[in-house]
Amino acid sequence: MQKVKFGILVFPGSNCDHDAHYAVSSVLNQEARFVWHKESSLGDVDVVVIPGGFSYGDYLRCGAIARFSPIMQDVVRFARAGGPVIGICNGFQILTEVGLLPGALLRNESLRFVCKDVYVRVEQAGARFTSACAPGEVLRIPIAHGEGRYVADAETLRRLEGEGRVVFRYVTPEGEAVPEANPNGSMNNIAGILNEGGNVLGLMPHPERACDPLLGNSDGQKVFQSLIQSFAVHETVHNLS
Amino acid sequence: MFKAKITVTLRTSILDPQGKAVEHGLHSMGYTSVSGVRIGKHIELEVHTESRDEAERVVKEACERLLSNPVMEDFSFTLESVKRSVHAEG
Repeated sequence: MQKVKFGILVFPGSNCDHDAHYAVSSVLNQEARFVWHKESSLGDVDVVVIPGGFSYGDYLRCGAIARFSPIMQDVVRFARAGGPVIGICNGFQILTEVGLLPGALLRNESLRFVCKDVYVRVEQAGARFTSACAPGEVLRIPIAHGEGRYVADAETLRRLEGEGRVVFRYVTPEGEAVPEANPNGSMNNIAGILNEGGNVLGLMPHPERACDPLLGNSDGQKVFQSLIQSFAVHETVHNLS
Repeated sequence: MFKAKITVTLRTSILDPQGKAVEHGLHSMGYTSVSGVRIGKHIELEVHTESRDEAERVVKEACERLLSNPVMEDFSFTLESVKRSVHAEG
């Protein structure tokens, strides 16, 4: 099987770009390269990763300025053409600012920066980013953010839930979506959502930080493995036809 | 030239934990008559044009596209005609 080519965006202030690169290249043995935000084209990539960090120092609003970086035009084009895009943490914030995902991420209800492992339940095991998971499987993945409280208007929320686009939800280790398991006050305990086409994922937890078994937790691998497998399926279909 | 003073506030439907924390602080200082504290942003900028309509158009567009996020925030602004930019002096 051909290696999947991951393009990892780098903005001034990105700080999880190397973690993402390490996870997909060293741990999962795929191709990865950095794409500087000033570039106008993504080049030859199969997947775009918008990593975590503090792009532009989070000035004005998280992700507000990064969305106007030259590369984002090509990311929007890539996503609209069905290309898979994962926005992690600050990447999720950028995806909402640029309009590829609905809603917004606001200051945590506690007003604290929260850095710890949380548990998320896989709500949609059929998605391109979760096919390696069992329905309702609980993953342990770290979060590290001050602005992760997901909000959307009632109509948007109803659509997200109704269309099965809430893909990860904060839960207890036993899998219960209760307020105590919600680390930031997100509506409906939402930790990650999909766009309408199912090809753009935004999530606050950091799966790339939970990939290497040496670090004691490889639950995050499943997100990337699902995606890599989806290319294998495409390839098989292509070869058969 | 026009000087714009812009106020960006969280929509009233959106929980403002900062405002709540400040309100608690005020209450513990003894200002028990205070309520409804909301935290927003104040932005000032200059628009180099002689036309008020043009200045208004530019500021409104900037607010809609970058300075506020319509998903969660509202904005308002005032425009004041000024003679010369501070930055253009010297």
